[in-house]
Amino acid sequence: MDYHEFEELSAKLKTQESMNSHKICVCCGAGCLSSGSEKILTDLQSRVKEQGLEDKIKVSASGCMGPCNQGPLVKIKPDETIYETVSSENLDTILDQHVKQQKPVPELMLFHEFRDTPYTNALEDPFFKEQHKIVLHNCGNIDPESIDEYIAVGGYRALARAINLLSPEEVIAEIKHSRLRGRGGAGFPTGLKFETVYKYVADQKYVVCNGDEGDPGAFMDRSVLEGDPHRVIEGMVIAAYAVGASQGFAYIRGEYPTAISRFETAIKQARKLGLLGKSVMNSSFAFDIEIRIGAGAFVCGEETALCASIEGKRGTPRPRPPYPAESGLWGKPTLINNVETLANIAPIIEHGGEWYTQLGTTKSAGTKVFALAGKVQYSGLIEVPMGTSLRKIIFDIGGGIQDGKKFKAAQTGGPSGGCIPEQHLDTPVDYESLAELGSIMGSGGLIVMDETSNMIDVAKYFMEFCMDESCGKCVPCRVGTKQLYDMLDRIVTGKAVQRDLDLLKQLAVMVKECSLCGLGMSAPNPLLSTLRYFHEEYDEQIRKNEILLQANG
Amino acid sequence: MSKISITINDEPYKVESGQTIMEACKEHNIKIPSMCHFDGLTDVGACRLCLVEIEGQSKLLPSCTTQVEPNQKIRTHSDRLSGHRQMITELFFSERNHVCAVCVANGNCELQDLATEVGMKHVRFPYLFQECEVDASHAMFVIDHNRCIMCTRCVRVCSEVEGAHNWDVKNRGYKVRIISDFDTPWGESESCTSCRKCVEVCPTGSLWSKDKAQGQSKKNPQMIKDLIEKRKVNL
Ligand SMILES: Cc1cc2nc3c(=O)[nH]c(=O)nc-3n(C[C@H](O)[C@H](O)[C@H](O)COP(=O)(O)O)c2cc1C
Ligand code: SF4
Ligand code: FES
Repeated sequence: MDYHEFEELSAKLKTQESMNSHKICVCCGAGCLSSGSEKILTDLQSRVKEQGLEDKIKVSASGCMGPCNQGPLVKIKPDETIYETVSSENLDTILDQHVKQQKPVPELMLFHEFRDTPYTNALEDPFFKEQHKIVLHNCGNIDPESIDEYIAVGGYRALARAINLLSPEEVIAEIKHSRLRGRGGAGFPTGLKFETVYKYVADQKYVVCNGDEGDPGAFMDRSVLEGDPHRVIEGMVIAAYAVGASQGFAYIRGEYPTAISRFETAIKQARKLGLLGKSVMNSSFAFDIEIRIGAGAFVCGEETALCASIEGKRGTPRPRPPYPAESGLWGKPTLINNVETLANIAPIIEHGGEWYTQLGTTKSAGTKVFALAGKVQYSGLIEVPMGTSLRKIIFDIGGGIQDGKKFKAAQTGGPSGGCIPEQHLDTPVDYESLAELGSIMGSGGLIVMDETSNMIDVAKYFMEFCMDESCGKCVPCRVGTKQLYDMLDRIVTGKAVQRDLDLLKQLAVMVKECSLCGLGMSAPNPLLSTLRYFHEEYDEQIRKNEILLQANG
Repeated sequence: MSKISITINDEPYKVESGQTIMEACKEHNIKIPSMCHFDGLTDVGACRLCLVEIEGQSKLLPSCTTQVEPNQKIRTHSDRLSGHRQMITELFFSERNHVCAVCVANGNCELQDLATEVGMKHVRFPYLFQECEVDASHAMFVIDHNRCIMCTRCVRVCSEVEGAHNWDVKNRGYKVRIISDFDTPWGESESCTSCRKCVEVCPTGSLWSKDKAQGQSKKNPQMIKDLIEKRKVNL
């Protein structure tokens, strides 16, 4: 398929889609699947068939819509009405009243139990209103297993444009202009990384999509891979074209079977249309993608460990430099980007880098996807412009704290991040601001804690995670995280005194400064940030311990 | 190779470009503590003892894997570094069961030397008292996991110099252990050639020869270093 043929196909599929009076999306994201949305989908499909509505109504599975707690979710398009906790019994009501009679059903709508009048157009609901979806634009709106639906909403147009109208240098310039930064945690400028890989001369280069997502509670990348796999593939192909790579690997963790199977399907569909393969879009550019399945080690998300793992070796990090951009897979220049980073590439090429910089802050452009969890009213998957305040995310989008309790802390960045207290709620969420607070942006986990949370327990929980996930290669992390964990355990079980707390702090600093890779370097962050903002909890616990220990001789 | 100018501990030096900081320092008799490094084997940067401060770099960098750069300002010793090195050494001792009094390497042990070098007075951390195996199934040698510090010199010498790759690593975190073949007794190994290179490069009493009693093990790492050099010449 060449450029011209693609344009024709794209236009044809778009017209086809517009023939339906309604499209009904049944969320088949991980959350809704677990509450039984697959049955809703088949039930709905058979009812539509029984009632002879197939020509007018299209029923599709879709990726995650966001408010995962309220599933199974069903969305009626073009009205953008979302129905929550849908059961097979509700389906007739929705079909009869909403679809046939054009009378939406408020008592079944999303958040009807929380709102005086729920929003018929869900996009007007506060949960969605403050969001801005670029990465998740198609998630919840198209069938992830249909390349036709992806192309109908403008998919692969950016790739067509890049290959036919832009040189690799121009693609790189556009990404640089967008000021996109890596969403895998560290926030490295993506355009600069592209350029670095591009500049190395080699007979073989690789592009790797990092879909290892090992942070506990995180499901951003999973949702993108499950909900819009073609977007990630398109990003990978454009990236490969820009840097001159001919082989790609998608490293997806084994705990995500749905993501793996949908990604596999998407690869096959793209190959069939000639969007992957020996001659991408009939050009001289060749690129194909293979999936590699991770075996569930958090450290394998670290780029050098990831390379080792893809090569079939033990997944342990090595010192950098050399960075993978110079010497990655099998010693060749390798571009490694996170799923969400790659999902931003196509929209940037389509709308231009300048467009992307309109969102977000000067140093952190664009949007960020967060997995909002914990003690908020409405948890789920959200995407907000960079620079949005934590307060807005937690109180406007998340609806505040459950059961009228008081907010205590927001944890960002998972086991590598920190806890942010009440007084910093107005901080804009961007790479630099979060780092200043002793936390990190991380990949997008955001856990909200209320007044009942004990911060020493929080620190201990994350330290245990790091201790278990340490690869064991370097001493500060291998033994340090174990000793730190044991010390925290002795604090909460009444065995530690002031002297132990002092040593704990010294050890935390050493582990942070001396560890080989990011896991060890950031493992003390949750501990150090709780020490910084909730020191009184440690002091009080130590005081209690000392009194008890003295009393018991 | 061309010479470049760098500064180490405020003194100017001319060193070969392409050298690591550790090599440059060694040439100028500046001793940096190290444990996983072994001349001629691939460096892994794992023990973190050799970390140095480099002006303009926020992170500490391992001198065994970091190359010298023109005008680099390096500090190999400082209060901060010696604090970290002491603590790392203490972590080594706390990790497994290092009972010098009964060890074959007592008096000839790089871990003991390290403790002296960094000025370790006692171990502030509780001992983990991990359960560790002693595998004496090999006809000539023993691996005592109680004394292993996971420097992986044995893994590398076996793979890179002997070409046998008998040794590898299993598990993760503090539970990592050196394994023979696919985690089978050493004596049953199909890849081990009994060449004893691993024994010679092991810095502690973890790998030892059965003919040695307490305090008798005197290893000959220089022999392995010479061997690596000679093989390079032959190539
Ligand atoms: C312990 C550890 C785990 C990591 N896990 C992930 C991961 O699951 N996904 C990811 O994209 N990046 C992860 N990273 C970051 C990667 O090393 C790398 O920086 C990233 O994939 C680069 O992509 P980006 O520039 O698009 O963010 C991890 C880093 C560390 C230190
Ligand atoms: S910091 Fe931890 S995970 Fe990273 S190399 Fe060291 S032991 Fe392995
Ligand atoms: S000698 Fe450099 S890290 Fe061990």
